[in-house]
Amino acid sequence: MLEIKEIWKTFNAGTVNEKQALRGVSLTLNDGDFCTVIGGNGAGKSTMLNAVAGTWTVDSGTISIGGTDVTRLPEYKRAKFIGRVFQDPMLGTAPTMQIIENLALAARRGQTRSLKWGITKAEKERYQELLRGLDLGLEDRLTSKVGLLSGGQRQALTLLMASLQKPKLLLLDEHTAALDPKTAAKVLELSDRIVEENHLTTMMVTHNMKDAIVHGNRLIMMYDGRIVIDVSGEEKKKLTVPQLLDLFSKVSGSDEADDKLLLS
Amino acid sequence: MNPIALLNSLPGAVSQGLIWGIMAIGVYLTYKILDVADLTVDGTMCTGGAVFIMLTMAGWSIPAALLASFAAGMLAGLATGLLHTACGIPAILSGILTQLALYSVNLRIMGKANQPINANNYKLLVSSRNVKVLSVENPILVVGIVCLVVIALLYWFFGTELGCALRSTGSNPAMSRAQGINTNFTTVLGLMLSNGLVALSSALLSQYQGFADVSMGRGAIVIGLAAVIIGDVIFGKVFTNFALKLLSVVIGSVIYYTVYSLVIWLGMSGDDMKLITSLIVALFLSIPYWKGKYFSKPAKKGGAANA
Repeated sequence: MLEIKEIWKTFNAGTVNEKQALRGVSLTLNDGDFCTVIGGNGAGKSTMLNAVAGTWTVDSGTISIGGTDVTRLPEYKRAKFIGRVFQDPMLGTAPTMQIIENLALAARRGQTRSLKWGITKAEKERYQELLRGLDLGLEDRLTSKVGLLSGGQRQALTLLMASLQKPKLLLLDEHTAALDPKTAAKVLELSDRIVEENHLTTMMVTHNMKDAIVHGNRLIMMYDGRIVIDVSGEEKKKLTVPQLLDLFSKVSGSDEADDKLLLS
Repeated sequence: MNPIALLNSLPGAVSQGLIWGIMAIGVYLTYKILDVADLTVDGTMCTGGAVFIMLTMAGWSIPAALLASFAAGMLAGLATGLLHTACGIPAILSGILTQLALYSVNLRIMGKANQPINANNYKLLVSSRNVKVLSVENPILVVGIVCLVVIALLYWFFGTELGCALRSTGSNPAMSRAQGINTNFTTVLGLMLSNGLVALSSALLSQYQGFADVSMGRGAIVIGLAAVIIGDVIFGKVFTNFALKLLSVVIGSVIYYTVYSLVIWLGMSGDDMKLITSLIVALFLSIPYWKGKYFSKPAKKGGAANA
């Protein structure tokens, strides 16, 4: 479903701030794969997700989604294939617009926006039903401005928005990192449910090793702009946090993992 | 300080307020909806009138000349939009560049700095001479209807899929791109629509006052902002519907011109009005900042109990 081949990205090339963020990353996700991504700060996790989403273009390498080469497509055109939830709850929704308007915008992801009315009656009922499923009491607040919602409510709404127009690929970029533990757990549970119900191919970046092990069927760890660990299937199911740390120090040749990864 | 004089000046103030109200709606679209301060309007506020007068004198019909003015304004918006999106120049600087260029363009259109048009020779839509006449030609009635039509059309447009995309672009550009919206396109479209309206307002103003002048748009952005802010301060809490918000902008503009005549009546020089306007707008723009800085309560953390 997703095929990344040898992508490289350097930021601020030629300056003192030069940073090789991605150094030849290759990754293939099969249809329905739920892949968790871990790694320390600056390892390239979010950079990889942004490369796929098209926030900027990569220096070299190719990215294709569902057989379509998207390497040169601008972000808004790739959006047709991709649903996204960001780390910052503010980023995923339009705060000055109503809940129902946000949903209607998301339902038209990847379609031409014409002079037809922005929200149909049938949609309204569908959204009400879907919001009821979130169990956050949002079904009675369709016309509330999203800016009034809490961080957790917004992330839940953004997840729902990402799945309205079934994406070929769902990108979750530390989408629970800004939430309190209880809310984070709820949003993660909801993510699992939405991924399962819609059978979505998913990449989830997380800081939390336990979450990375519990969720999904595949786990990759990044270090210094490369993928250094890739486990899946039975092997992943049996994985424990100490094992993962062991594996990491072997690959990276340092104990740095203890400081950076155990923080969460 | 004759109260009759003040009363006499009111109909003119209301007409002017309504005409500038259309301009202020244009400012509202960029400033409030797109979240861009577009300084192009200072130039466009003359372009519309210049195009209208020249075409009318060349024999065009009034509706056709008005449409052409609107189109000319859209072209100015297109120029600013392309400077901003295709050339990566900050929005505010793009507007300044176009505005400056328009000064020359406006002179070229008119051939001189001031171009009068005689209401006796042409069947103009509005004229200040009818301002106290009770007839269908009264500018308050005519421009009032134009305002309502503009508000109705915008209300419809911003309810459509495309209009929603434009609103979300101003609200959250990153999210909009993630939803597949070409934010460059919507930004340019918004700037074109806004400047089209400003040019329409300019065309009406040139008829009303009987001439177009190369400096008639000077400081227009500030007057537009004043109208937007006055409308927001007075009606912001009550009017939540989009059409009513646009209406509040028009009312804000009418209030501005009413206060303007009051200030003149009090014996102050009209020359000082730009200073006063600037101060008022600066004050109202500072209030939210001061509020946040000195009177803010500790913000609630994200992720409330019901999340």
